[in-house]
Amino acid sequence: MQKSKYMNPYVAGILLGLLLIATIYISGRGLGASGAIKSIAITSIESVAPDHVENTQYFVEYNKTHSGNPLKSWLVFEVFGVLIGAFLSGLISDRVHFELDKGPHATNRIRIISAIAGGILFGFGAQLGRGCTSGAALSGMAVMSTGGIITMIAIFGGAYLFAYFFRKLWI
Amino acid sequence: MGPLVPEIIGSELNLLIALLIGVFFGVILEKAGFASSKKLVGLFYGYDFLVLRVFFTAGFTAMIGLIILDHFGLLDINLIFINPTFVGPAIAGGLIMGLGFIIGGFCPGTSVCAIGVGKIDAMYYVLGTVIGFVIFAEGYPLWEGFYKSGYIGIPRMYDSLGLSQSMFAFLLTAIALLVFWGTSIIENKVNGISGRPAFRFTPYYISLAGIGLVISLSAFMFPPREDSFLEKVADTSFVESYQIDEISIDEFAYNIVNNNKRMVIVDFRPLDEFTKESLPNSHSFSVNNFFEKEPDRFLRIRHNKYVIVAETEMEERKMAIIATEVGYNNIKILKGGLETFRAEILNFEPKEPTNRIEESTFAFRENAKVVIPKLIKENKSSGPVKKVIKRVVGGC
Repeated sequence: MQKSKYMNPYVAGILLGLLLIATIYISGRGLGASGAIKSIAITSIESVAPDHVENTQYFVEYNKTHSGNPLKSWLVFEVFGVLIGAFLSGLISDRVHFELDKGPHATNRIRIISAIAGGILFGFGAQLGRGCTSGAALSGMAVMSTGGIITMIAIFGGAYLFAYFFRKLWI
Repeated sequence: MGPLVPEIIGSELNLLIALLIGVFFGVILEKAGFASSKKLVGLFYGYDFLVLRVFFTAGFTAMIGLIILDHFGLLDINLIFINPTFVGPAIAGGLIMGLGFIIGGFCPGTSVCAIGVGKIDAMYYVLGTVIGFVIFAEGYPLWEGFYKSGYIGIPRMYDSLGLSQSMFAFLLTAIALLVFWGTSIIENKVNGISGRPAFRFTPYYISLAGIGLVISLSAFMFPPREDSFLEKVADTSFVESYQIDEISIDEFAYNIVNNNKRMVIVDFRPLDEFTKESLPNSHSFSVNNFFEKEPDRFLRIRHNKYVIVAETEMEERKMAIIATEVGYNNIKILKGGLETFRAEILNFEPKEPTNRIEESTFAFRENAKVVIPKLIKENKSSGPVKKVIKRVVGGC
């Protein structure tokens, strides 16, 4: 681990905060992530099973509130940018490798299963809570939204609450 | 005045900007170390508080930054996206996400960042997120009721807690500084590092803490723009001594009768009174409009004269002072207020003139008394000019 190559966390935080201010100033909205994954999922389902989309209540409601191609959305472009930015930054710091991060006592199989399970839970929770760590918690805190701050407390509180039961995965 | 969408930056350019913002977002996340799930969950086991530091520093920086932009009138808070509050779903969704975080080791944003540097676990995680979304969509009728429950509008946290915006921002930032310090101690303990105090009195740490303190205190230096102006005009003697251009009721009436389009009437009566009857070329305004983007453009048309009217001259003065202080030019008030205008023009009682000037004035008023009510009546059909403000749609 080339730990020294990472940025000072407080400096990174201030930069991220400034980026968030610029985002809100320019586009009137905060950063996000889960919404883009949702757009991509909806587009794939629509192309595979268009009839199904027309008959499922959730998609009907979604299409009513979101006009146009779901892929041509702000968040999809932003998340695509994240992918590029992370790759470039990783390339410069020589951190681009195909690898599986896991705790010292977890097997690859367990790590893969837990990654999928965690993703399912987070994907579901982000829909129910109307946003993820970026869209609800971080951007919500910036605009001092009560809902965003409640979600933030619940995410971090929840993770602390359940951390003990899953310690074998990480330590 | 921000946000720059949709007038200054069109929707196509906005997407390009989204991409650019994403690139910066990705670089910062990766540079901070957010591509590693082991580092991400560190805060829940006490061995690495990276996420806490970056996340909260970012949150507070942005929060204070937005307070400052609002204070200087650079951003219209009414137009930006503020997450709506659904209490039950916010808590339940948050707890489920917390569970997902500790099991999966990522949140959606960081997983995308991790894929960027080739993390295989992140790819499986995103696959899981898609499945999670599909489960939510397919089973939607089952939890639709709960999903839409507990709606309390789009309150801001300081309102919910009954604090002022400045106090809330200060407290939160001060707590964060303490948390940063406390978690450093825990981190050193968990990692078995001893003999290295979490906070050393080196220039680096002192300046870091100093910056934090300045940021938290700055919340008090920048009260919400509206509040600071309203406070100013609450002082009657200040309002009376302030120089504001006046327009006499006769000149005012003359411009109305002659349909002078350059004289724009800015009407501060309550909206329901305005809807009932209003003068031609008048627009309903409230004090909040001075701090909003749409009315801002409306009030800055060159060569226009804006006459602020209200029931009393005192009320007009207050609004005119705020308008002048905010930076609008060509602001005038109607001398004596609408009450005088109504008494002397609309309900003009013929009097015996004592000199030549009065003679012509009274003759004019006789005429205006007939013409203006007609204009008011005709104007009624066009209705109030009140723009509906549309917030930017955002969120995940």
